[in-house]
Amino acid sequence: MDLLFYLFSSMTLLSGVMVIQARNPVYSVLFLILVFFNAAGLLVLLGLDFFAMIFLVVYVGAIAVLFLFVVMMLNIKIAEINEKRLRYLPIGGVLGVVFLFEILLIVDNDLIPLLFYNTESFEEFKLSNFINWSENLQTVTNIQAIGNLVYTYYFYFFLMSSVILLIAMIGAIVLTMQKGIRIKRQQVFLQNTRDFAKTIRKTA
Amino acid sequence: MILFLLGIWGIFLNRKNIIVMLMSIELMLLAVNLNFLLFSVYLDDLIGQLFALLILTVAAAESAIGLALLVVYYRIRGTIAVEFINLLKG
Repeated sequence: MDLLFYLFSSMTLLSGVMVIQARNPVYSVLFLILVFFNAAGLLVLLGLDFFAMIFLVVYVGAIAVLFLFVVMMLNIKIAEINEKRLRYLPIGGVLGVVFLFEILLIVDNDLIPLLFYNTESFEEFKLSNFINWSENLQTVTNIQAIGNLVYTYYFYFFLMSSVILLIAMIGAIVLTMQKGIRIKRQQVFLQNTRDFAKTIRKTA
Repeated sequence: MILFLLGIWGIFLNRKNIIVMLMSIELMLLAVNLNFLLFSVYLDDLIGQLFALLILTVAAAESAIGLALLVVYYRIRGTIAVEFINLLKG
């Protein structure tokens, strides 16, 4: 379990770096797919199987294929000059270190008190009569819990996300649809009123 | 387990190509999403998973719109170099 976690996370980081560093954008997209697969593996290790499958479907199935399609369609030249790769490293490194420090501070404040329960009071507590809660546990699967939450308390967010997806779809279609001369369109009227006695002719 | 924050941090640094920039945005969203899911498991809170679902939809919408804009820009300009993108006029 631990070994798998370290394997997946190190592969995620490594291929994340390779996404940025690869010269060819096609390789970059392929490494992006590798990142997504490793992230899905991490989620399986966490026990979030529904989200792992959703990550695979949405990221690999939709986003990465979309990226690959656009990269193939635009045929970008491979030769990219990056002579100043390390130019932003000092200030970016400082910002990153500050950010990590802040995150570690927050995590210390929030999570560490959860980890250290004093066990002496627990021993006293065990002597009194108590309910064995582990017999009353109801196991709920992941997707069932999310569905219970999404469709009841947070249905507004659910509707809003569907509206966002609809707007994105309409926007992408409107942006990429061009009304040019060279595009052949179906002309229904001409097609229906075509005299099919004249369409097929025997030529000499 | 806080290793993923490095994922966010590694993305901000270097970008050269606009398609690589879009992919970096995807990577950042993925890292944020993973953080949400991880802490939601860690803190036994289901709201994090809900929020991760919303981020997922926003990421999909964002990549679709961004790539559509990229295709339109390529069709107009014939190249997708980033350094001339400030010459665009609305």
